[in-house]
Amino acid sequence: MHPVSSVRTYVLVWLTLTILTFVTYYVAQIELGEWNIVVALLIAFFKMMLVILIFMNVKAESPLTKLFVGAGFFWMVLLLGQVAIDYISRTWMPEGKMW
Amino acid sequence: MADTHGAVAEHNPNLRHHFDTMEQQFDSATLGMWVFLLTEIMFFGGMFCAYMIYRSMYPGAFASTSMHMDPMFGAINTAVLIVSSLSMALAVRAARLGQQQALQILLLVTIFFGLAFLGVKAFEYHAHWVDNKVPLFAGHWDYSNTKDFPNQAQYARPAQILFCFYFFMTGFHAVHMLVGVVLMLTIFMMARRGKFGPTYFTPVEISGLYWHFVDIVWIFLFPLLYLIGRTKKLI
Repeated sequence: MHPVSSVRTYVLVWLTLTILTFVTYYVAQIELGEWNIVVALLIAFFKMMLVILIFMNVKAESPLTKLFVGAGFFWMVLLLGQVAIDYISRTWMPEGKMW
Repeated sequence: MADTHGAVAEHNPNLRHHFDTMEQQFDSATLGMWVFLLTEIMFFGGMFCAYMIYRSMYPGAFASTSMHMDPMFGAINTAVLIVSSLSMALAVRAARLGQQQALQILLLVTIFFGLAFLGVKAFEYHAHWVDNKVPLFAGHWDYSNTKDFPNQAQYARPAQILFCFYFFMTGFHAVHMLVGVVLMLTIFMMARRGKFGPTYFTPVEISGLYWHFVDIVWIFLFPLLYLIGRTKKLI
């Protein structure tokens, strides 16, 4: 079975996650326009990767498990991406002149 | 591979007969848990997707609703959940190393912080109830202009949709937390009976996966519901 991570690793990950939580809290108070949402989601994504790879120990799992985890995210990208493409492009067509 | 199973002297009582080795059994359980978590990604993914659509349709209304959330509550709850994830990861580690007492204490710490999260959430729900920000309940939806929010009445209708998202997404998350707490109590009872050790800790590991997953959902709910749109002075 995969090796046991040290307590130090877990505590460092916890510290990073906690610091990032308060970073995202304070950055949200600064006016960055459209970048507020990008920064907030990037920080959330980074936190998620830390939890998945180290707390959930996916970095040491079998390739098959990694494939399944990746498939879950690929599915999310498909769902959100395709729906976003639909809603963004709806206004591109002039009304009543679709064909 | 089959002959490994025939080695009676090394046969672990926790090894089910349809697996060759403990490692194979562990990998199968982990993979199975991840398949379940994928269905959970789909469950929450649908709500995140619907949220994305309505947020793009009513950006002003959304910015105004996020002013009624207290981001400090959200941030504290995020920190609380992250501590519980740490104690969970350490509990799995203790189970693998056969540290029985540490395992039990860490499971109790995890349960404690899980309940603390739900307690803070209950305070928040109560504040929304008193503030009349609960749609679908007669007499509990009031989005008229006030001294602090002089320009919000224009959003009264779409804001209801976004408060519905808030209550459904955090509500389903809270239900998952409750399930997690019951799960951890079960694991704790098993740990007390000395069920786990270096060769068999699968239930601790896969319950931990569930706990961390619920943590991840909150990691996204926190910025989406509390933080985004706070700086836009639309109200």
